[in-house]
Amino acid sequence: MAPKTKKSLTESFVESQLWRSIFRHGYADNSRNRALGVLSNVWLHLHPVRLPLHAVRVRYTWCMGGITFLMYLITVVTGVVLMFYYRPVGEYAYADIKYLQHDVPFGMIMRNMHRWAAHAMVISVWLHMFRVFLTGSYKPPREFNWVVGVLLLTFTLLLSFTGYLLPWDQLAVWAVTVGTNMARATPMLGHEGPFAELVGVTSRYDARSALIGGSLVGPPALLRFYVLHCIFIPIVASVLMILHFWRIRKDGGISGPTSLAALEGSPIRSSESSSS
Amino acid sequence: MSSEQTVDSAASAPASENGGAQTEIDAPKRKVRDIPRVHTWPHLLRMELLCTLVIMVVMVLWSVAIDAPLEEPANPTLTPNPSKAPWYFLGLQEMLVYFDPWMAGVVLPSLIIVGLMAIPYIDINPRGNGYYTWRERPFAMINFLVGFWILWILLIIEGVFLRGPGWNFFLPWQEWDAHKVVALTNVDLHEMLGVRNPIAISIVGAIPLAIYYGLAALYWKLKSQKSPVLKELGLPRYAVTAFLFLTMWLLPIKMLLRYTLNLKYIWVTPWFNI
Ligand code: HEM
Repeated sequence: MAPKTKKSLTESFVESQLWRSIFRHGYADNSRNRALGVLSNVWLHLHPVRLPLHAVRVRYTWCMGGITFLMYLITVVTGVVLMFYYRPVGEYAYADIKYLQHDVPFGMIMRNMHRWAAHAMVISVWLHMFRVFLTGSYKPPREFNWVVGVLLLTFTLLLSFTGYLLPWDQLAVWAVTVGTNMARATPMLGHEGPFAELVGVTSRYDARSALIGGSLVGPPALLRFYVLHCIFIPIVASVLMILHFWRIRKDGGISGPTSLAALEGSPIRSSESSSS
Repeated sequence: MSSEQTVDSAASAPASENGGAQTEIDAPKRKVRDIPRVHTWPHLLRMELLCTLVIMVVMVLWSVAIDAPLEEPANPTLTPNPSKAPWYFLGLQEMLVYFDPWMAGVVLPSLIIVGLMAIPYIDINPRGNGYYTWRERPFAMINFLVGFWILWILLIIEGVFLRGPGWNFFLPWQEWDAHKVVALTNVDLHEMLGVRNPIAISIVGAIPLAIYYGLAALYWKLKSQKSPVLKELGLPRYAVTAFLFLTMWLLPIKMLLRYTLNLKYIWVTPWFNI
């Protein structure tokens, strides 16, 4: 190691123009730099600079919101790789999956990770909701963020469901057939639902056929689910997640035993806003 | 009722802000200032990093060890028996045993979503916000726990592991017999009562349901003047809460009636059955 009088390698590195152009704050370990490290970083500034001790305890949040988000990121990254090799066409889809599994380097593990992360995300989002309920964190001032959460839950399930069809194997087609059959029974709008006669819907023109583009799960359904799965739902879910995270901050940060005080003019909020 | 007492005393606190309850209000404020805080960097970020690393390792190992399923190519002429929806929807598919598709597949799922969204607006108990407590909110806890663990998770487990061909019930060690014959002995309520007239059939079935939901109105009529909780809640909130509560419990009640009385439908009409 370099002697104290001379600059150490680390020191000359973190004082270089390159480093300083990326990280504006000083490197020395002090309170100010710890705060700036979070504040001046576009990704980290989702977080408050300081937060209550209980919020970093695993036994309070179970980390489940964060794990859900991580699962989402895994599916996004692996999903992009899968999209390079997959064509949502009746003739190709199944063969593309086979090719991906057997001939594409790391194709199998990409597919496995995509699938397992999607399943894990469904479980973790349920557990996250369960935790939020147990801690009563949906209570004022966080009512609206719970509503956003329920939308996220719904879109998580829809993401998983639309992806289920894409391998175009027996499992996929029949699971989606069973799932979408329910839409036939929609009151008024499904041809087997109550009061369907009044509206005059048929098996070719009803809620289910609008969803799958026909009266049975065929190539049009594959294309529709592909577009929903890879474009529409991820965009909506991402937008909702941005809203969700932003609202956590704006609603006074992570909930805690003190937020009963929110009832009396919300002192948590005022102490939070000074750091955001 | 202890739950009503706790709800009431806390709910009235903000209302009396300018009144005498000054000491009670000051207490939590002081606590907020004194609450121990730590820097996000490093205390939270290092936890997040650690958590991410552990989860990534688990996901990679899982994906190396177990391959995602891929069956035969899609074949529209070959329906597998049983045909199961993705596992996370099997609770809904399981409800098809007890309700018709319009109810199990459309109305109840919609009510689950809407009902979940309604929770923060109908649960006005200010206690138990930000900490784990069973005692301070027993009604909310019991209903959510039953709804989540029994009516959602347990039904999924049943759908995944215990349902075989024809959606018949099989224990894990029983062989899936596609030709298992199950006697269809379920009868509608009006059949039990021996009602034949088509108009009378529609009416007979409506009565128990009217009574069931009417109980909520009766409870309001008897209690709303006396119970401070109900007063605080107000009629619109009460009505939504009661409707969601009774509809959720309709499922276990119908299951119970199926297994004890072989009841098929409570209410049969030319348009729909419940
Ligand atoms: C894609 C799905 C979701 C993601 C990525 C997500 C992410 C997060 C994260 C990272 C947090 C911070 C605290 C924690 O980790 O527990 C959080 C908090 C919260 N989430 Fe979610 N969430 C999702 C779905 C939901 C759902 C389904 C609900 C409820 C129905 C919900 C309601 C809330 C509420 C009310 C908070 C504030 C909790 C508090 O202050 O203690 N979220 N979410």
